[in-house]
Amino acid sequence: MMPYQLILTLISGVFIGGIAGYLGTLMLSKKMSVVAGPLAHLAFPGVALALIFGFNISLGVFPFVLLGAILIWLLEGRTKLPLENLAAIIFAIGVGTALLFLPIGKAEEALVGSIDKISLGETALVISLSLLVSFVVGRLYQKMMLMNVNEDLAITEGVKVHKYNLLYLLSIAVVIGLGVYLVGGLITAALVAIPAATAKNISKNLPSYKILATFFGIVSAVLGIFIARFVHLPTGPMVVVSSAVLFLISVILMRKTI
Amino acid sequence: MKTLLEVKNLTVNLDGEKVLENLSFSVSEEEILTILGPNGAGKSVLLKTLLGLLPYEGEILWHRKPKIGYLPQGLNQLSVKNYPLTVADFFALKNPAPSLEEITKFLLLVGLEKDILDKTAGNLSSGQFQRMLVAWVLISHPQIIFFDEPTTGIDIGGGETIYSLLNTIWKKEKLTMLLVTHDLSIVYKHSTNVLCLTRKRHSCYGAPKEILNTKILEQVFGTEIKIYEHK
Repeated sequence: MMPYQLILTLISGVFIGGIAGYLGTLMLSKKMSVVAGPLAHLAFPGVALALIFGFNISLGVFPFVLLGAILIWLLEGRTKLPLENLAAIIFAIGVGTALLFLPIGKAEEALVGSIDKISLGETALVISLSLLVSFVVGRLYQKMMLMNVNEDLAITEGVKVHKYNLLYLLSIAVVIGLGVYLVGGLITAALVAIPAATAKNISKNLPSYKILATFFGIVSAVLGIFIARFVHLPTGPMVVVSSAVLFLISVILMRKTI
Repeated sequence: MKTLLEVKNLTVNLDGEKVLENLSFSVSEEEILTILGPNGAGKSVLLKTLLGLLPYEGEILWHRKPKIGYLPQGLNQLSVKNYPLTVADFFALKNPAPSLEEITKFLLLVGLEKDILDKTAGNLSSGQFQRMLVAWVLISHPQIIFFDEPTTGIDIGGGETIYSLLNTIWKKEKLTMLLVTHDLSIVYKHSTNVLCLTRKRHSCYGAPKEILNTKILEQVFGTEIKIYEHK
């Protein structure tokens, strides 16, 4: 029988990998793919606080990432600066503050994730937040995709772009927050970016692209968790490496079909 | 012809710079108004302002609230190329999503075959892509359409057919059109009225025959220009 902890780890990994892959399909545009990384790094100050005061890391991470998303959104409305610019600024603030206070010696969890130690309560949180985000994103998907294609076009089609941008950023923030569990703040962006890129390489239409990205997200999480266990290496980085290997395979397959 | 849109003393400031100043004109139902002018004269800004995308001073008065179709400038394949969207997927982004029969009908109208539905939108030729966009806009049955340089990125032959296509559709569907271009021959052939804008914020407005004399065009484009009227 599988150990209890491994089951929790696997369940959380499947949900986080899946939702990150799914949301990532909306983020292949130049604009959005560079937002995920900086937002993820915002987790660091939260982790720092959690470590210093000894409370659960998620309690530290989510407020910071959500706050960062809202800040970026507010600044975008006010300054008309590009989203990616603002994300970079927020990122600098986040990491700068974190480096001031983060007890570097204890910061491993923040860097590479702590999915191996995830508790039952946290697993429940992961499941419910993943389901919530997939519900919200699923309902808004077509509109968000149109916004990615052309914002003016979306506006004339009646899409409330500013409102959807907020929902979009908040969804990213939640997924990033979850990603910190799985792979840590340093490489969370990979969870969102790689499965979508892999899926794009081998899909011919939108429905298969969405399904494949979700699938690759799940597969890399499961593979990473098992391989890391087997070779006694950290889980988070192994998940990202698995994802990257799938990507390379897709590139080879793509070459053959051309 | 009934008036659809009246614009009075329209001024638009963007980042502290006056892009449009004291502009007045009107658009009747089933008219084709061509907006003419060099790059930077504010043509696209005018369209966006009419769409309600930009803040303005003055008056924009719609006599009835029409359903607007809009084809923005620079909607080239690049933004679509990021995603594996087929032509069918791209139509499904509309709200409400049109039925397959309807999509096929409108693709035929713009001269595209049904088998294009499964092709990746980003891989279409630029001519096919523009045609698809025209169908995409028309499928919502708009009463007025804004086309911002619909020939961008198409060779002259292809461009010619896009305009004749627009003309055919205009006659068939009894539409009102606002057309941004800097192609003078188009103006003669297809428009009922012309609004010209210059970088120095002068403007002129009237029927093509009144407007398109060398003197005014020199003011608009700032160089010596010869007009060849196609008959």
